[in-house]
Amino acid sequence: MNSNENPLGKINNKPVRPPETMTTLAWKRFRRHPGAVAGSIILTLLILMTVFAGLSPYDPEVSDIKNRYQAPSLEHPFGTDGLGRDLLTRTLYGGRVSMSVGLMVVGITLSIGVPIGSIAGYYGGWIDNVLMRVIDATLSIPSLMFLILLAAILREAELPFVKGNSVMTIAVVLGVLTWPTVARLVRAVFLTVRETDYVKAAEALGASAPRIILREILPNGFGPIIVESTLGVGYAIMEESGLSFLGFGIMPPTPSWGNMLNNAQEHLSTYPWLAIFPGLMIFLTIISVNYIGDGLRDALDPYKILGKIE
Amino acid sequence: MGTYIVRRLLQAIPMLLLVSIALFALVNIAPGGPMSAYSRTNRMPEEKKEEIRRKFGLDKPLPVQYVVWLVGNDWMQIDTDGDGISDGNGTRLGILRGDFGFSYKTREPVLALIADRLPNTVYLMFFTLLFTGIVAVPVGVISAIKQYSGFDITATTLSFMGQAIPEFWLGLLLILLFYGTLDNPFTGEALFPSGGMQTLGAEFSILDRARHLFLPVLMGLVGWVAWYSRFLRSSMLEVINQDYIRTARAKGQTEQKVLYKHALRNALIPLVTMFALDFPYIFTGSLYAELLFSWPGMGRLFYNAATSRDYPILMAILIIGSGIVVLSNLMADIAYAYLDPRVRYE
Repeated sequence: MNSNENPLGKINNKPVRPPETMTTLAWKRFRRHPGAVAGSIILTLLILMTVFAGLSPYDPEVSDIKNRYQAPSLEHPFGTDGLGRDLLTRTLYGGRVSMSVGLMVVGITLSIGVPIGSIAGYYGGWIDNVLMRVIDATLSIPSLMFLILLAAILREAELPFVKGNSVMTIAVVLGVLTWPTVARLVRAVFLTVRETDYVKAAEALGASAPRIILREILPNGFGPIIVESTLGVGYAIMEESGLSFLGFGIMPPTPSWGNMLNNAQEHLSTYPWLAIFPGLMIFLTIISVNYIGDGLRDALDPYKILGKIE
Repeated sequence: MGTYIVRRLLQAIPMLLLVSIALFALVNIAPGGPMSAYSRTNRMPEEKKEEIRRKFGLDKPLPVQYVVWLVGNDWMQIDTDGDGISDGNGTRLGILRGDFGFSYKTREPVLALIADRLPNTVYLMFFTLLFTGIVAVPVGVISAIKQYSGFDITATTLSFMGQAIPEFWLGLLLILLFYGTLDNPFTGEALFPSGGMQTLGAEFSILDRARHLFLPVLMGLVGWVAWYSRFLRSSMLEVINQDYIRTARAKGQTEQKVLYKHALRNALIPLVTMFALDFPYIFTGSLYAELLFSWPGMGRLFYNAATSRDYPILMAILIIGSGIVVLSNLMADIAYAYLDPRVRYE
């Protein structure tokens, strides 16, 4: 037997390729989505820039009164603000804040939403009923206003970890509003899969409830959960900026894109760069995240993946 | 259908009670709770604080306070002058009887404040939604009919941008462009005013009102159009591939009739549902637009109340808002069943 020969042999004189995994197929589809690719590149660049913000020669919080309101120049590519602080440096540090809020919110959302959705979907009955009413109630409160009230109250409350206008406080505030969406999604997956034969088979074999939940049913939801989490990062960044813009989010001197925009309002026509750059960063981040989410949705859609197998 | 509606309404009651308990608990976990609005200055003597606490029943346990807030205290003896002795019936009717209390700050009844601001919000939202429909429906339909055409790709890209642009940043850019940079070539004034509902001291005129509406409506419009046009596009695409559209074509209907009589009418059904879900915004309004353009509506009322910790106003707006959300969800389902005879509720 020739060692170069395809081990799987040939069918109709064509070599049989080893079967591709779902992940490979999804990745192939993702790469074909131009928006998702562009979004990934831009987001990677933005993340790298904020990670290496420390390389900037300027300090984000130390003022330099001699250089107030400098227009963008080679020295200060984004100009300087009313306290002479370099706006590019502040924008990059602000990005750290916004992106960490985004990731933390998704962390909180998943760690509450997935267990609650799983329990509601798997056990059904009165547990499901109670949990769904709590979810409906949370989602029925007008969201932006609820966020403002939560932020106004939590920053004064003396709770462990959640203190003042910290990143953690804002992440908790946003997390309160985002977990129900994921919980609903996970519950829906459980409802569709719970009655399938392979779950019944696992039950018949004596698998424990945690095993069935974690190993048999939950993996069916990975696709939608990944998509929802990606979009959730964008949503969290948008709402954090909004809260900070309104003065209920991250407080100065810690820069965040939202509070920088709040700061820019006063001298909008005279020093427009104060408003343009931080907003542009929010916009670029969110549009990248949304395109990535869109690409992932296409790529992880099982029907579309299978459609490609001819 | 009737029993379905009744059941849904009955289900809404425990849910709204849950919302009210959550909000009430929330307001009371902040140190000082509702008292913090009174004792901003620490100079207020302790006896005076104690008197206020007794007068407003804040010395009672939280569950009692909650019940009073909910059903009032006109049926029970309370300490009306804060001297520690119960001496008369209370005056509060409770939110269930429409008594949302008084603003801590201005002492005006909360409902009167809301009634004062609500028309302005409805006014702004009406025009925002009207123009959303005027723009989003044709864009969505053309995008779907000419899928992957230049128009569709442009519209889809713009819609992605519209959904990613922060509303408040868009507002700042609009002010920068139309108020800060562009001038009216005839009068030399800014092209559009930067805020308010009409020019101060001027008589009401439609033109003046339109000029004041332009920027806040445009600001709100972008996100709505982005969302609705994409939604209608996918709904329309789904309908176009249905069997009954093929049947209509096979019968020899003109393409015009197929698209507008058969396809569009069905594609609009989910849009009606979506609109019913978004209806609460007519009550809560756009907070950012109202703040940036000094529009005296509900959003601004809420924001100002939040900065001064005027809890009765915050609670009232949130509770009424939740009620409207619950009713709108029900309306959405009813509208769906009514418009699409295939849908049946039991």
